[in-house]
Amino acid sequence: MINRASRLASLAFGAIVVIAGCASPGATTGPTTGGQGSQPPASTGPSTPQVPSGNVSLSGAGATFPALLYQVWIEKFGEAHSNVTIDYQAIGSGGGIKAITQQTVDFGASDAAMKDEEIAALPAGTKILHVPTALGAVVVIFNLAGVDKTVIKNLNLDGDTIAGIFLGRITAWNDPAIAALNADVAGNLPATPIKVIHRSDGSGTTNAFTTYLATVSSEWKAVGAGKEVNWPTGDGAPGNDGVSGGVKTADGRIGYVELQYAVVSGLASAAIKNANGKFVSGSSAGVTAAAEGAVAAFPDDFRAAPIINGPGDDTYPIAAYTYLLVYQDQTDATKGQALTAYLYWALTDGQSEEKAIGYAPLPAPIQEKALEELHQITTGGSAIWPM
Amino acid sequence: MTTATATAAARFGQAASRVPDLVFRSGSGILAWVTVAILGLLAALLVANSGEVLGKFGITFLTGTTWDPIAGIYGALPFIVGTIASSVIAIVLATPIGLLTAIFLAELAPRRVAIPLTFTIELLAAIPSVVFGLWGVFVLGPFLSKTVEAWIVGTLGWIPIFAGPPFGVGLFTAGVILTLMILPTIVAISRDVITAVPDSQREAMLALGATRWEMITKAVLPYARSGIIGAVILGLGRALGETMAVTMVIGNRPQIPQSIFDSSQTIASQIATTFNEASIGLQTSALIGLGLVLLVITMTLNVIARLLVWRVAGPQGTS
Repeated sequence: MINRASRLASLAFGAIVVIAGCASPGATTGPTTGGQGSQPPASTGPSTPQVPSGNVSLSGAGATFPALLYQVWIEKFGEAHSNVTIDYQAIGSGGGIKAITQQTVDFGASDAAMKDEEIAALPAGTKILHVPTALGAVVVIFNLAGVDKTVIKNLNLDGDTIAGIFLGRITAWNDPAIAALNADVAGNLPATPIKVIHRSDGSGTTNAFTTYLATVSSEWKAVGAGKEVNWPTGDGAPGNDGVSGGVKTADGRIGYVELQYAVVSGLASAAIKNANGKFVSGSSAGVTAAAEGAVAAFPDDFRAAPIINGPGDDTYPIAAYTYLLVYQDQTDATKGQALTAYLYWALTDGQSEEKAIGYAPLPAPIQEKALEELHQITTGGSAIWPM
Repeated sequence: MTTATATAAARFGQAASRVPDLVFRSGSGILAWVTVAILGLLAALLVANSGEVLGKFGITFLTGTTWDPIAGIYGALPFIVGTIASSVIAIVLATPIGLLTAIFLAELAPRRVAIPLTFTIELLAAIPSVVFGLWGVFVLGPFLSKTVEAWIVGTLGWIPIFAGPPFGVGLFTAGVILTLMILPTIVAISRDVITAVPDSQREAMLALGATRWEMITKAVLPYARSGIIGAVILGLGRALGETMAVTMVIGNRPQIPQSIFDSSQTIASQIATTFNEASIGLQTSALIGLGLVLLVITMTLNVIARLLVWRVAGPQGTS
């Protein structure tokens, strides 16, 4: 944690220094600085999308989970292209979908792919592209003291057991279903009642978690999967912080949060049995493995990209993409160019920023698919970045 | 000569003030009507945008107990019950405390005690509700669950509405937080109406040989009764609409609570936590419908409170 914080601090400090350094030469040399940076010069032709030369400002809004990543990206991209200003507001995935639907922003962001009804609500004749930017994992956190009063740190769970707990069928920590998966600590599992803490607000995290449960448990199908569900048991708490706070306040509680929040809260998280029968703890590597494992069965549209409970020994089963949402046809050519260049940068140079701040980068085959998707962005009927 | 100048000045003043007067009167009149129009537009917007859910579910929107965005079923009863139950707990606790405090401040305490005490109590109203909420989650909830709630469950647990187990989160904790938040309202207004009771009432009672206790219960409180009821209803109005502090301690569970220690959910809290991520269409419409229900509940209470406060303020104004 300290390591991450100091990295972040040095990163932010670095950004400030660079911005300060840029300010005076920018004023004297004008917009020509825009063409320089990490991108190769224009002579390479259409191999990379080009940043327009004039001043452009882009605005985006949406998911809170990738907000930190997007902030870092915007700073780094701004260093290379000072004529492009990007503003991102973390208002939640649903808010991001609403904003892009009402065309109040240039791009949206969401942790859950748009549903069919949401696609139907778009202005007539428009199409949204889902551009994946990073992967997230949802981990099951718990707060449990054993019979011997020591804190239990390691616990194995499988899909059926997690579903049983969140359905309210498994109500005590020494339930035979939990004991069977944890032979080594079975004698230490207390009779403490299980108290479930779930999200009270609609959330992409809930969507990923319930999609997993609906995939692995036939019992859970009655509840369904989505950003907000009718929970059979437990209390709601707002936000990832609310859930980790709620789990932390009392013994015997269980909840689910984004991987990063579990790390920050210091709570133990369960190792979950994947499709190959191996128990895997939540980690960036486990999530990237999940995305790699799913490449073979990849559809044309990222909305339907499989990643939950994928194959592979190292695959962590509860993972999700987070997406940027952009209109396929850009009405403003300059903005369209800048946006395409930004997306290209995010999918290439931007990916190397992810691990340092706790996100899982896209594996190479998915990155390629996402880059191919950028060729589909058009303005006035012709591709901004032709094949 | 002095009279002549005075009249001239008055005439001059009148003539000069006519234009600003007209501007001021029409300007302030327009602004006053704008406020009314905003309220009207707000109500119209709530009705129009909740049309989808009201059209689909009709009266079952008010009586349904399932809130399932996946299945597209929306029943508001758990939220209505949760809203009213948490507010009723707050009123049951805050009314005696608030009234006794007001009597102490108005009738019994010496001035040098009453003034700083009143100031401090009114300061409670200035604490942001999120601070109350945080305090509720980390301090009050765990404390109540180990002490007051454990004791109630231990002694009265055989009565279903007091049945445990207490988790420190739920209706009761929300009710206690709301009690603290509405106390300043109840104390301040009750103190004002008690102070407004004419001294002739007190003097007449004391002249009959009554003790201070008899004077307060037989002369002061009956006279101030309507005003005190008004104060309580205004406090109730605040409790019904409170969002942030409640959402942090009530458990956010849309169920009809069986016990005062159960988790529950209020209308305001449900709207605040789920509106951002609600999908366009029926779910948004259902949340706006909840807003309409809350508006109707609070408006009704405010009208009752106004009528009661006017009833007591009337005779004081003329005396």
